[in-house]
Amino acid sequence: MSQPVGRWLARAALVGVALVALGAIWEAYKDWGPTDGVKLFGTRVLPRTTDASMPHLSRIWHAFGDPEVGGAITFGPSKTVFDSVFDSAVHTLRWAAAGFAIGVLVGMLLALLMDRLAVFERALMPYVVLSQTVPLIALAPLVTKWGQGWDFWDRWMSVAVIAAYLAFFPVAVGMVRGLKSPTAVHADYFRCSAASWWHTLVRLKLPASVPFLVPSLRLAAAGAVVGTIVAEISTGLEGGIGRLIITYSQQATGDPSRVYAAVIGAAALGLTALLAIAAFDLALWRYHRGATTR
Amino acid sequence: MTLRRAAVGLLPPLLFGVLFVALWQLFVRVEDIRTFVLPAPSDIWTAFGDQHARIVTAAGHSGLNALVGLLGGVIAGVLLAALASRLPILGGAITPIVAGLAAMPIVALAPLLNNMYSPLSTLPRREVVAISAFVPVFFNVLRGLSQLSPVHRELMQSYASTQTDVLRVIRIPNALPHFFTGLRIASSLAVIAAVVSEYFGGLQNGLGSRITSSVGASNYPAAWASVLGAVALGLIFYVGALLLERVVLGSQAAPAT
Amino acid sequence: MTEPETSPGPAPAPAVHLRGVGKTFAARRGTVVALEEIDLTIGSGEFVSLIGPSGCGKSTLLRIVADLLPPTTGEVAVNGKPARRARLDQDYGIAFQQAGLLDWRTVQANIELPLELHGVDRAKRRARAGELIELVGLSEFARHRPPQLSGGMQQRVAIARSLAESPALLLMDEPFGALDEMTRERMQNELVRIAGETGAAVVFVTHSIPEAVFLSDRVIVMSARPGRISDVVAVDLGPRTDDTREAPAFYAAITQVREALRGRPVPATADVVADVEKARRNAAEGAL
Repeated sequence: MSQPVGRWLARAALVGVALVALGAIWEAYKDWGPTDGVKLFGTRVLPRTTDASMPHLSRIWHAFGDPEVGGAITFGPSKTVFDSVFDSAVHTLRWAAAGFAIGVLVGMLLALLMDRLAVFERALMPYVVLSQTVPLIALAPLVTKWGQGWDFWDRWMSVAVIAAYLAFFPVAVGMVRGLKSPTAVHADYFRCSAASWWHTLVRLKLPASVPFLVPSLRLAAAGAVVGTIVAEISTGLEGGIGRLIITYSQQATGDPSRVYAAVIGAAALGLTALLAIAAFDLALWRYHRGATTR
Repeated sequence: MTLRRAAVGLLPPLLFGVLFVALWQLFVRVEDIRTFVLPAPSDIWTAFGDQHARIVTAAGHSGLNALVGLLGGVIAGVLLAALASRLPILGGAITPIVAGLAAMPIVALAPLLNNMYSPLSTLPRREVVAISAFVPVFFNVLRGLSQLSPVHRELMQSYASTQTDVLRVIRIPNALPHFFTGLRIASSLAVIAAVVSEYFGGLQNGLGSRITSSVGASNYPAAWASVLGAVALGLIFYVGALLLERVVLGSQAAPAT
Repeated sequence: MTEPETSPGPAPAPAVHLRGVGKTFAARRGTVVALEEIDLTIGSGEFVSLIGPSGCGKSTLLRIVADLLPPTTGEVAVNGKPARRARLDQDYGIAFQQAGLLDWRTVQANIELPLELHGVDRAKRRARAGELIELVGLSEFARHRPPQLSGGMQQRVAIARSLAESPALLLMDEPFGALDEMTRERMQNELVRIAGETGAAVVFVTHSIPEAVFLSDRVIVMSARPGRISDVVAVDLGPRTDDTREAPAFYAAITQVREALRGRPVPATADVVADVEKARRNAAEGAL
């Protein structure tokens, strides 16, 4: 557990250097690249370098501090772009978390079902795999109408359903593999002890599946965030970061820096989800077994 | 023998599929669900028949975007993974950034790219596809190239062989199955990105815009029919990647992800 | 039938010559002495086993001979050359506990690997691999891939591969360690035959006392912490056959090695030089 702090710092510094280098490339191209971009066979392959296409990094930074309604007279303490980005990211995170929870639950239940009955695995697994090879997320605009007959149904729940759809798959697949991972020796030992199915599950199979579950949860979290953002946009749900990206890009005629600010917010959201899973992973370190993790 | 076994293996999923569609149809008809909530499979199929020319054209655009982007992403993924495995410093710098990229909603980059090039360019969507496809290819190839078992390392050392020999004889063949695993994931992501990126604006001639415009026109069975087209496109890409893998690797099975 | 390999030039230098070899590893706190003051000479054509408890450094010693690890102190000569030179000249072949075959290559292509890496042309490679496949009795499996073979067969391929460049020295690190007892005995018979036919000297690391006794002209007994040669047991059982395993002399030698491992005094060890002479004679007889 005790990673030398020095090595951590060195790694972080390396990533920092890389990010600075990327920023420098961006600025250098903006300053010295051709205004109309680079065209190859009539297609523009490198972007235009006007302020309307590529803002300076400093401009993006300052955009966070801009007042929300640009140029208009505001009353009272004005909301900044940062406030908007932060608030909508929090909204999106909540919806994504709901979708993640549903997806993980459904994925686990499916995995238990498939582990218990081989017929289910044979019948369902192809569809579980198929569900991700196929852009069913394109359904998002159609899901809006679901649940309209029910009083308790809110628009954001449709969004959470889409997020859950992207989250369940890695959990189902990873967990099936994890439940099957105990060696024959373990399984035989439990059978010899006349352990019930429930005991075998709780004492052997679930702990054994932890190392498989954590990478699955990471994928599921990323999936839930992407699913939420796409679903927000296609269902037209207001208040989230996805919608904010679209709103800003429709407002931005001469200055796209706000769109960048919103996209950075979305990226930060994805990273937050990733970090949350990493923290969970650390809490479960007891169940990790040497090389089987990967 | 194997044909028979394959048939037996296919039976449960086929039965499940048929059952599922039948129940769907029954549910919609019996409960009298309105089409804007959920059209019956038969309605979707009819709409698909009516609209198939448009859907095929749109699928052609989306398919081309997915293919071009996929190629770009795969090439970039392989090259960068090769560099990262060869130069540890570069690897240490790139890998966390790509891991961060994997956690990001990449499709959300579409509006930025539309802005950078031009909303009428086909390139932004293809770049979104390329970035999406790049991530799994990069990680899988990097993993394949970095795995060198101690036995193989000592063996090659005993042969007094060069790093290039180790790369050629062990690392690259070792990485091939991993590459194909990455390609399989990337090919699915490519179609998804190609379709979904249209929801974020830009040129509207693919399946994504067919779905949104059908929804806009309240023609829900047509929207579902376009989704069906997207499903078919996704399958074509996935099966294509799978076939390529089988042809190149032969009986050598790919490792699980 | 394969022709025996031509023995190395006139006045053969000892296959391995170690003087004052020591090895220390850096550990989390301070250093660990893996080997200390190892002096050992192995004659050409001699079969020598290294045996000892876990952590006695026998595998480390083998890797120092192979120039896969540098010694901390002392001198290492293989075929009269510095170990590094011998590695570059491919003077030895090596086999490990894991066969370490390349799964995507056929048996034939696996055996050809070292030849291919050293620029031997295709026709010669093919011919040599053919000979070796016959030598290890896998003629029907030349086109198979390793995952299709049993553990014992994979290990035979690994041995054939280690013989590809007709080395004067074979280094083997518990090559039969993962095999079942029956397969193991069969492999031992094969190895005795192959070593005889090729005239190569063999350094064989093992955990098994009967295996060491059955195979070797001399058994080097090592002790742990620090790794040292605690005893050398000469084994004189004549040409090995299946009957050897039931001979009283075989059991006597096993007892002798076991006692040596326990650290009890052993009946007067013969002079090392005389042992080498005897071993050479044995090897010559065995080859006929």
